[in-house]
Amino acid sequence: MAVYDNIKGIEEEIIKCMKCGNCQAVCPVYKETLSESGVARGKIQLAAKILKGEAKYTPELYKKFDLCLQCQACSANCPCGVKAHKIIMAARAELARQNMLPFAKKAAFNILKKPGLFDFGLRLGSTFQGLAFRKNASGMSPRFPIGLEMRRVVPALADKPLRSELPEVNKAPNSRKKVAFFTGCVTNYIYTSVGKAVVDVLNHNGVDVIIPKEQHCCGAPAIINGDIETGKAMAKSHVDIFSKYDVDAIITVCGTCGGTFEQKYVELLADDPVYEAKARAVARKIRDISEYLVDDLKVNFAKLGSVPISFTYHEPCHIGRGMGLTRQPLEMLTKIPGITYKPMKQPNRCCGGAGSFSLTNYDVSYQILKKKMADIQGTNTNVVVTGCGSCRMQLEDGLAQEKMPHKVMHVIEVVQMAYQNAKEKPAATANKEQTKASQKSGKTKKAS
Amino acid sequence: MSKAQAIEALIKAIGKENVITEHEELVCYSFDATADMPSQLPDVVVTPRSTDDVVEIMKVANQYKMPVYPRGSGTNLCGDTIPLKGGIVLRTQKMNKIIEIDADNLVAVVQPGVVINDLNTAVAPFGLIYPPDPGTVATATMGGSVSECSGGLRGLKYGVTKHYVMGLEVVMVDGTVASFGGKTVKNVTAYDMVKLFTGAEGTLGIITEITVKLIPAPEAKKSMLAVFNKLEDAGNTVTEIVRSKVIPATMEIMDQVTIRTVENFAKVGLPTDAEAVLLIEVDGIPEVVEREAATVVKVVEKNNGNIKVAKDDKERDGLWAARRAALPALAQMKPTTVLEDATVPRSRLTDMLVALQNIAKKYDLMIGTFGHAGDGNLHPTILTDERNTEEMKRVHQAVDEIFKTALELGGTISGEHGIGMAKAKYLPMEFGEQGVEIMRKIKRALDPENLLNPGKMMG
Repeated sequence: MAVYDNIKGIEEEIIKCMKCGNCQAVCPVYKETLSESGVARGKIQLAAKILKGEAKYTPELYKKFDLCLQCQACSANCPCGVKAHKIIMAARAELARQNMLPFAKKAAFNILKKPGLFDFGLRLGSTFQGLAFRKNASGMSPRFPIGLEMRRVVPALADKPLRSELPEVNKAPNSRKKVAFFTGCVTNYIYTSVGKAVVDVLNHNGVDVIIPKEQHCCGAPAIINGDIETGKAMAKSHVDIFSKYDVDAIITVCGTCGGTFEQKYVELLADDPVYEAKARAVARKIRDISEYLVDDLKVNFAKLGSVPISFTYHEPCHIGRGMGLTRQPLEMLTKIPGITYKPMKQPNRCCGGAGSFSLTNYDVSYQILKKKMADIQGTNTNVVVTGCGSCRMQLEDGLAQEKMPHKVMHVIEVVQMAYQNAKEKPAATANKEQTKASQKSGKTKKAS
Repeated sequence: MSKAQAIEALIKAIGKENVITEHEELVCYSFDATADMPSQLPDVVVTPRSTDDVVEIMKVANQYKMPVYPRGSGTNLCGDTIPLKGGIVLRTQKMNKIIEIDADNLVAVVQPGVVINDLNTAVAPFGLIYPPDPGTVATATMGGSVSECSGGLRGLKYGVTKHYVMGLEVVMVDGTVASFGGKTVKNVTAYDMVKLFTGAEGTLGIITEITVKLIPAPEAKKSMLAVFNKLEDAGNTVTEIVRSKVIPATMEIMDQVTIRTVENFAKVGLPTDAEAVLLIEVDGIPEVVEREAATVVKVVEKNNGNIKVAKDDKERDGLWAARRAALPALAQMKPTTVLEDATVPRSRLTDMLVALQNIAKKYDLMIGTFGHAGDGNLHPTILTDERNTEEMKRVHQAVDEIFKTALELGGTISGEHGIGMAKAKYLPMEFGEQGVEIMRKIKRALDPENLLNPGKMMG
């Protein structure tokens, strides 16, 4: 039984919890609230009540399950291997089925289901954002309450979405591989430079990049909030879209999007006779950009140009614990010549962003963010590198509010800088190197 | 006088924001970390911020005859924080200040809600440690750990919580505040009330401030893993190491069931045909550590063991990985994990381990045993499924027999988890009715109406 279709599907996970409370040691929400309902153990016992049919579906119950970042620290730290974050999602799904989703969220997810409308809204937003937001040095703040905290600093929407700026097919000069690129909403509408960096770096490595025009939101906001019906519709749509392309890999630049394609789609469509196999085939091709460059292309980063920055790294929860990519981003960054890495105290502690969590629980979210800011402050760097657009928005808000000078960059933007700085070398050598590299990785492809 | 009035009075006394009555929240305080226990909703959960708040709460509780259950992080293993008879759960999590670190007198003064690890982090810059290290150091509170008198992996050399508690401030059931003990090493002034409240499981008073002893952190340590083909050899090794005047900080044992489960789960390189392994760590001054380690190697080899000494921190982590995986690995085998802490004199360790194997056979249960061999404190871990009522019956019979055996070998029913609800019925087995009655008299004298953690220990 698919785990999110019926709370029964998660019974074995619930029963496995021995209530030891070890999750208290790592749950960022618990550290702030010190409340048993804030931590996985409490939530699992509430889920057990739902399972036994003893729970009343109240707004209070909804709020308990809403107060979770899905950072997966509990699951990673659980001595019994309980997938606590999945139990919480299954409970959210059950509550959504019982019509407990707040109106605003339901309405938002309905729009997600209609990609055309969502795209239209955000394009309109880009034109008219000046009406609702005032610009300040580091981004924009709301002019009046629109469901956002007034003090919050949010990035401006890009003038033009990435996918309307770049062509659908981006051929590399020495083409040897072909990938599809799932941009994700944040890269498409806000940080378009990240998408351009992906195309640039991949083209440099002889990889053609196809950006399917039909793609839309991966559906993570709906799925994480329990709107499984919307999630399934979006899963099927993307499985269809990406199955059409005969590519070596599907590239993502956000752990949440990547994890949704790689894990959630398979879970959501597990019982579907048509889509299960298709979803698995798509999932197998999913590569975060760092994973693709390090493990598949085996790029020699030490040979790139110098990037003389001193940076610290924030590991996005869904890149590290979600997709299991703890090694690749740093392996890539630290090999770049001239660069200095200064680890913060807990690079893999959640920044408190967690998508819509920071909208609905801003106070807790900000307290968690403040700890991250203190960790960043302690590193004596001026750049924070991360691998997720949603973390980046959160970090930028914190840096602006705490008046810290740091700049936030996506890992691929740093790599792009290394390529740009290498370009200054004589062109002939660079070309030779590239051909060599392509021959080499042609061999490794078979092995993988 | 209704419960609603009592809740009103609590709100008036300590503020609305510190009084929880929402059903969904109450559910989260209806259980603790103990397996196979009933759960019970409290009527209200209160969050005092100071000793004064606790005094006010006790006055209301006393006036309305509402039971009070002190609770830290709810990680105890004897059902001690389950609000069995309804009433007030008093959670100390937000009384979490470290009041003082006095390095000259080697003491720290803390509020009960401080997490053990946080105290250790705070004293580390002074080169000091607070040695008691139960498995829950990262989550358990000082108040809870003093109330349960928790032990840990270093009991043999460093003792347990009660050896470190020097002073306590306690709020009595009627709201009276009393302080006992203090910062001096020597203190024989009247009854040793500090020891009485330590390990009293919240049945005699509410601990609101704790003064603990700190010690200098050991300069060096050395870890070793010894593998034995015969259980007896492992048991003999444990006693012979101590006979050789070496007191290791840690001397942990794992039986064959545990070894196989750990190896299956974590692939740490344990030989699955071994009957027992010992993880031994000596610590202290570097020269002494070297000498003691050499003695340990000699004793292990003499007793037909195969020993590996960790050369650096990385190898040390490797050896410890096996021990750390013991409970998680066992817990993943079956949905329900019943973890006991029967304890015997060190010299009877082998007898106890053999008896546990026989009990597992007799009741057709899977029991993995690991634990603190150096202090005779074993953790027979019964792997079962609480939904299987027939098997649970056999589990209960096996538990009865485990305790009976421990007592027959001159041991005790609880080494470090406490009595609570889980083991209250076994007390007469250990003390006789007359012994239990003496304890009951103390309980009645201090809490005549049984408002403090009722249903636990003394009933």
